[in-house]
Amino acid sequence: MSEARANGSGGRPLSPHMQVWRWHITMLGSILHRATGVALYAGALIATGWAASLAAGPDAYQGYCGLLGSPLGKLVLIGLTFSAFYHMANGVRHLFWDSGRGFVPSTANATTAAVIAFGVVATVAVWAYVLLSGAA
Amino acid sequence: MAGYRTPLGRARGLGAAKHGVGHFIKQRLTGAALVVLMLWAISAAIGLSRADFASTTAWLHSAWNAVPAALLIGTAFLHMSLGMQVIIEDYIQTPLAKISLLALNAFVCWAGAAIGVFSILKVAFGGGAY
Repeated sequence: MSEARANGSGGRPLSPHMQVWRWHITMLGSILHRATGVALYAGALIATGWAASLAAGPDAYQGYCGLLGSPLGKLVLIGLTFSAFYHMANGVRHLFWDSGRGFVPSTANATTAAVIAFGVVATVAVWAYVLLSGAA
Repeated sequence: MAGYRTPLGRARGLGAAKHGVGHFIKQRLTGAALVVLMLWAISAAIGLSRADFASTTAWLHSAWNAVPAALLIGTAFLHMSLGMQVIIEDYIQTPLAKISLLALNAFVCWAGAAIGVFSILKVAFGGGAY
């Protein structure tokens, strides 16, 4: 314990280091799960702001919806839609993994690709419907 | 200093805090619940994207919408706080920064849940005075 390191670990081991791993799709899937989780953290606060503006009255609600409907607001909402679909589908994959199945590399690679594809397709479908039906 | 301590004394406090299983189970139960609640929320958001203030408040007057919305907020903020806790514990090693961020995470999630549920109930129980 005398050789306490600058990283604050006190000489105790840390998680595997990124540098020693070859890039692969399951790694992308894992990082995306965490990144979309952080995005949805912000999204939950945005949704709470929406509910608060609704409770505050028509003017506050119109103002908030104006922000969400702006080009930047739409971009954020599209990103949150993908985050929600991806994190949801990958979360189901995690629940499946908890049963001890699906860890064979070929299966894990295929399900990662499937989950990413689901996120993209579902996001495109929702926004095509919303924008083409003239709602937003 | 450490030389005066018994091996047991040095080992104590370095192991698991015995709270990991509860965290694991809560993360998964809230996650499973959120699959249903988020699918509902996304379809509700699509429907509400064309609604004005009056029809949105009218929508939230229904218990069939207000109750799932309150459940969604409670479940989402619990799931979020558990997830962000893991991220902070993974990446932040300095004790002061770690404890501060964990506390901030708890404050943000509890405040967000309180504001969200209050807002939903205020609209749901509102008499349509707007």
